Amino acid sequence: MASANESGAGRKSGLTRPRASRRAGPHPVLLGAAAVVAVAIALPLVYLFIRGVGAGAEFWELLFRLRTLQIVIRSALLVAAVTGACILIAVPLAWLITRTDLPFRRVWAILTALPLVIPSYIGAFLVIVALGPRGMLQRALEGPFGIERLPEIYGFPGALLTLTLLSFPYVLLPAQAALTRMDPSLEEASRSLGHSAWSTFRRITLPLLRPAIASGALLAALYTLSDFGAVSLMRYETFTWAIYLQYNSSLDRILAAGLCLVLALFAAGILLAESRTRTQAAYHRSSSGAARPAKPLPLGHWRLPALAFCGGIVLFALVLPMSVLGWWVARGISAGESVPDLWSATANSVIVSAVAVLVVLAASLPVALLSIRFPSRASALLERASHVGFALPGIAVALSLVYFGSQFAPVLYQTTALLVFAYLVLFLPAGVGALRTSLLQISPRWEEAGRSLGRGPLAVISTIDLPLMRPGLIAGGSLTFLLIMKELPATLILGPAGFKTLATSVWSASSEAFFAEAAAHALALILVSSVPMALIIVRQRWQSQ
Amino acid sequence: MTRKNLYGNNGPARLISRCRKVPVRAALFFVLLMPLLVGIIAACDGDGDDEAKSLTIYSGRSESLVGPIIEQFSNATGIDVSVKYASTSQMAATLAEEGDNTPADVFFAQDPGGLGAIEDMLQIIPRDTLDKAPAWARSAEGRWVGISGRARVVVYSTDNISPDDIPTDMWGFTDPAWKGRIGWPPTNASFQTMVTAMRQLWGDERTRLWLEGIQANEPKVYEKNTPTVAAAGAGEIDVGFVNHYYLYRFLAEEGEDFAARNHHLTAGGPGSLIMVAGAGILSASDNSENAAKFLDFLLSPVAQQYFAGQTYEYPLVEGVNVNRLLTPLSEINNPSVRMGDLADLKGTQEMLRSVGILP
Repeated sequence: MASANESGAGRKSGLTRPRASRRAGPHPVLLGAAAVVAVAIALPLVYLFIRGVGAGAEFWELLFRLRTLQIVIRSALLVAAVTGACILIAVPLAWLITRTDLPFRRVWAILTALPLVIPSYIGAFLVIVALGPRGMLQRALEGPFGIERLPEIYGFPGALLTLTLLSFPYVLLPAQAALTRMDPSLEEASRSLGHSAWSTFRRITLPLLRPAIASGALLAALYTLSDFGAVSLMRYETFTWAIYLQYNSSLDRILAAGLCLVLALFAAGILLAESRTRTQAAYHRSSSGAARPAKPLPLGHWRLPALAFCGGIVLFALVLPMSVLGWWVARGISAGESVPDLWSATANSVIVSAVAVLVVLAASLPVALLSIRFPSRASALLERASHVGFALPGIAVALSLVYFGSQFAPVLYQTTALLVFAYLVLFLPAGVGALRTSLLQISPRWEEAGRSLGRGPLAVISTIDLPLMRPGLIAGGSLTFLLIMKELPATLILGPAGFKTLATSVWSASSEAFFAEAAAHALALILVSSVPMALIIVRQRWQSQ
Repeated sequence: MTRKNLYGNNGPARLISRCRKVPVRAALFFVLLMPLLVGIIAACDGDGDDEAKSLTIYSGRSESLVGPIIEQFSNATGIDVSVKYASTSQMAATLAEEGDNTPADVFFAQDPGGLGAIEDMLQIIPRDTLDKAPAWARSAEGRWVGISGRARVVVYSTDNISPDDIPTDMWGFTDPAWKGRIGWPPTNASFQTMVTAMRQLWGDERTRLWLEGIQANEPKVYEKNTPTVAAAGAGEIDVGFVNHYYLYRFLAEEGEDFAARNHHLTAGGPGSLIMVAGAGILSASDNSENAAKFLDFLLSPVAQQYFAGQTYEYPLVEGVNVNRLLTPLSEINNPSVRMGDLADLKGTQEMLRSVGILP
């Protein structure tokens, strides 16, 4: 022990342990990429300022008239409830899927991610069809039990139910990624010191999961904040609903821009709150050696309840919606409707989403690296600001790119290139959050080892960080893929003329009550999305064997 | 190059080895280059088109409804048509942002409100084309023209009531007997146009009293026409104030069992208004001639027959038969209101707000 203290090498390695290492600063390529991303993030805000300033006195009158405080509180209630419910569903689910001997774990892993791809207006419509005052459930109960009215689904309960069932995967995917990469030695130590499985989960696993849960919960919260489809059909008036009222009904994009700025402030509040949950704690292994995969915990007689839990979630979030959709298709075909041609929409959806996922991940990497490895006010601001596009209504982001694109980049305007750029602005945080969480689990000392062995800073990123970040890349990529598959306003407004995706086809058909056609496209959307998810998971299994 | 060089530490070989080992750099390069490539390809596509033979349409009407007839136009004329579909309000906002840079030649809108919002971006339509539609179905300045008609109706639940129970005009629904039985979509453009017509026909005072009367009957609020008709079919409401054609979509999907039907108010008034979907030509268009040809085509008997037969709408030109499922216009006691006079959207929304229907 004394010799270790006296040895110069030992002291030196102690000095290099803190995060602010000898590295002079981020590589210029990293900074350059971050600057490009910063411009992308800023565009919608600049546009909203340009438009919002034109609103003037009328805007303040509107804010006053809206009883703004009241609808802000309604929005905040919904955001808090949905986020809480998502965490309650997603964390146990993630743990069961990654850490136990639950049967069919890989199947559950695919199925539980898919509700994310169901557009919220479709989800809400299906909930009304199933649970509405005269919905399927009521009709089923009317005969045997004589129940004439169910509890009111419209309003808060319906919005909460719909948005929770659609957005718990936001938390699930990052939590799964974190659990996959988490070093099990702490948990094993806790068990060996006599703590029960539950106590270990509460005192070790949960705190280690905090960054993943927080980043996923943030996405769920911001998604709820920016949702229009579910709250409008459920008649729960939120702030975003008021913004869409300006866009859709009053055709007043200037007042809408003013309200969007207020929404951005609201989002900033949520971002700030999430920042507070962050600590300086290290989430990577601190001693030498590599973590091995955790040993699955035998569920024993908990196996059936666990299966019932997973099955129940999948039943309500996926199987029931898909059954109603399937029934619409069957009913339409038997009534003489023709089966729509799904091919070109499917191809467009998959290709543009896949390309955009690569772009989003590539752009997320510098933001995540800077915020973890080079903590500063600027890198923190960039990371936080990357979430704003996700919190704004899609139509506002799309119009900002119409404004800049049609004026300054006519060559790119209404090409798939600008559309992919729009997806980047909208879905950057899905990538950033997942990569950031993943990077927290990687010890900077491995990077330092790579550097000391002669690799350049960028080579270290590609040969050390990226392979270790694989669970995060997969989680971020899956989230982004599913989000882009269902994206609507930007695709409609910025896509090239005649560009159809599955999401636009679902919308087009459903808006005119072509139920069979809409349902066929929606089913295709879910099934097609499941293919890459399945491929990823099968590949993971193949590699782990 | 040998393996030794690749991992060596000397000069240029090291640089090469670094580049090879840095997919990040390759990825960044790819990311920056790809949009450019796509853009160039797209630009080439655009330039390759024969200008005289192309037309760009922004359609606020859904592809399911108007896609086939636009394709028919393209086939008949050899004009290469590209169409952008979104909602009417999204298209109007997009056009307003694009201004003179818009690539659109024609705006085909679901309702007069959307056309009115960007009327200053539209050019005056040639007389010959305008005159194909009746005078009541155009804008006052001739910047847009109605293409097809839709009727305001009362959709009722056949499980809950019979048509004899329905009052003769809209005023009758203010009776407290209708408490909790009405559904309406107050944020919907067609509904608001109906209220604007009501102000024309009844005056602001009586319209306000009607709105207050309905509001006192605690109507169920729906997002738009489709869920309102669905609610009537499910018996969730007894009556709903909607456009006529949604019902026929439900009948096509669910068959004759669908438990709702349309009713035209016998005493007429604003509840029996006939409205239009319309189209206009952008001032910034390079293809005004093709655009005018397109409008001509939409008002031709072929296209009008399509709207009557396939989308269950009312044709606006003489001599085209109404779908046999629909009540003929001659049997509807519809008030004569000019579409061009229904531009005061702001005034109507102001009234809906002051009554507490809109926030």
